[in-house]
Amino acid sequence: MKKILIRHESFLAFAIILFSIIITLINPSFFTLENFFDLLKSFSLTGTFAIGMLFVLISGGIDLSFTAIATVSGYTIAVLLLNMGDRLNIFLIFLIAGVIGVSLGILNGAIIDLFKIPSMITTIATSNIFYGLLTVITKGKWLYGFPTWFGDFAQIRVITVRTAEGWPYGLSIITLIWIVLLLAAWFILKFTVLGRSIYAMGSSPVSAQRAGFNLRRLHLFVYGFMGLMAGFGSVIQALLVQTVAPNSLVGKEMDVIAAVVLGGASLTGGTGTVLGALLGVTLLGILGNGMTLMHVPSLWYKVIIGVVILVSVSFTAYRRKQSIRKRVITE
Amino acid sequence: MTRKFSQIHVLLIVMVVVILTMWILTGSDFLNPGNFQSMAYQMPELGILTLAMMIPMLTAGINLSIIATANLSGIVMALILTSETSLQASGWQSILIVAGAILVGFIIAALIGVINGYFIAYLELPPILASLGMMVMLNGISIVITQGYVISGFPDAMLEIGSADILGIPVPFLLLLISAGIVSLVLNWTPTGTRIYMIGSNPIACFYSGVNNKNVLLRTYMLSGILSGVAAVVMTSRFNSAKADYGESYLLLTVLASVLGGVSASGGFGKVSGVLISLIILQMVSSGLNLMGISNFLTLALWGFILLLVMIIKFLIEKYQQKRH
Repeated sequence: MKKILIRHESFLAFAIILFSIIITLINPSFFTLENFFDLLKSFSLTGTFAIGMLFVLISGGIDLSFTAIATVSGYTIAVLLLNMGDRLNIFLIFLIAGVIGVSLGILNGAIIDLFKIPSMITTIATSNIFYGLLTVITKGKWLYGFPTWFGDFAQIRVITVRTAEGWPYGLSIITLIWIVLLLAAWFILKFTVLGRSIYAMGSSPVSAQRAGFNLRRLHLFVYGFMGLMAGFGSVIQALLVQTVAPNSLVGKEMDVIAAVVLGGASLTGGTGTVLGALLGVTLLGILGNGMTLMHVPSLWYKVIIGVVILVSVSFTAYRRKQSIRKRVITE
Repeated sequence: MTRKFSQIHVLLIVMVVVILTMWILTGSDFLNPGNFQSMAYQMPELGILTLAMMIPMLTAGINLSIIATANLSGIVMALILTSETSLQASGWQSILIVAGAILVGFIIAALIGVINGYFIAYLELPPILASLGMMVMLNGISIVITQGYVISGFPDAMLEIGSADILGIPVPFLLLLISAGIVSLVLNWTPTGTRIYMIGSNPIACFYSGVNNKNVLLRTYMLSGILSGVAAVVMTSRFNSAKADYGESYLLLTVLASVLGGVSASGGFGKVSGVLISLIILQMVSSGLNLMGISNFLTLALWGFILLLVMIIKFLIEKYQQKRH
């Protein structure tokens, strides 16, 4: 099984390299450091959500309410920024958004665990509840006009380089935040008992329980973690676009799920890696950027992305079937 | 012998509670034939799509592309209906063209269903991923065909479908009832229907019992596609237009309505009657809140809440029944 997983990530990496070559041949400005830094910055939002979704998928569940959670937390910090922005700093913002996200996430996890309701159903229901209540309370207003320090923070560059004309560009702090989250997630999954137990629960809940893992605590952690990522994601989005809107994230659920599943996580649980999720986000992200650079009419984007998803998933399923056949024959 | 308290009983009780609540809150505004008729006009859009979602769910699958299928089918119908020949025809000729357009729409929807079925049954792709990919791709094709614009301006014969009524019962509602009847017939009275439930319960045992799983799954998604086509007819007629992204928000609501109606997400369980009752409940809540001037978004929140409530009640009842034995 390990061999397949390793090869899956290589297939993704190969696809990414292939696309990059094609795009660069048509428009060399793709393969520039400036474009790379911009790309990384644009991956941050989907990437953050993907980390949370990865944990949920590995645990055998699915979460369709994270966009709602992100919108609620985004709105809250936006209101706080507009009313007492001068007394706040970025750490507090992340903290508050995180707390809100975790709370809503734990609510999800509690309902799923206590009442044994399938995660897809629960999160569809809570998604409606969160969105519905939020929109009624906020009347769907767009929020903008944040304190200057908030806008300035989004512009911070950790590494700065200059172009020939002297314009600065570099690794955005937002990207750095995302990378830190990636590393933390990778560490948890690979080196802690908590991480291994999530895999165990996803592979076989019954066996995991008999082995002594506390499924209730794991459920609460996994969905709480997704909520935390949703909260952080909302801050990242607010930083990126300096606006909070009630419906800007609606419909993004499937994009994130597609990216993580392309990266090797299975909907039945038990498999998936941070590297795979990262590659999945990258692949889909490069497609968007690449199509723009190749001057493909934006009308065709969805068709191409849909075809890529179908081809990737077919290829994965085909290879899985082949390897099963090989194993059966050799046994 | 204690009679098992099934979900349908819970649903009927909820329905009665909702009717009473709405009556108390709005009085004769709610409990009159005009309101019921208006509800009967609105229900079929979500209703037929829910039937389209229900069938794959019975096999432990899911079809995320039902709305994209309906939209593309609607767009093709719209293209035929707004062509020169159609706009210049009248009388019997016009009706014939409308019928032809609808037939083409059905064929396209069925074809898409077959493609879905091929990916899921023969290539063994996970249904959620295959239908997700199809959804994105079909959406894209619709956008390319329409260039993002709305196609509108249909012959009267087409509009009649969405707005006429027979003996006071709206035609779309009759379409919903007929579709529900056919689905119920297939599920309860044909071998394919029985096999659908069996695959949902235990695909491996089913396979070893000699059932051609692949064939049954193909039919499942084809049927789902055809129902999307029926929904397309209703939507296109009611809106007098076709667009690439109508009804996108309905997608997860069809899952909600199905599960509320007793369909199990892991397959094998669910009845058309339950789904119909759940649709009626959802529609009444929506209409009632509308009459009270409450925002549509609160309706969504309430729907989510009702679903959770019913699932929790179901869980508690099952736990209680287990304890007694």
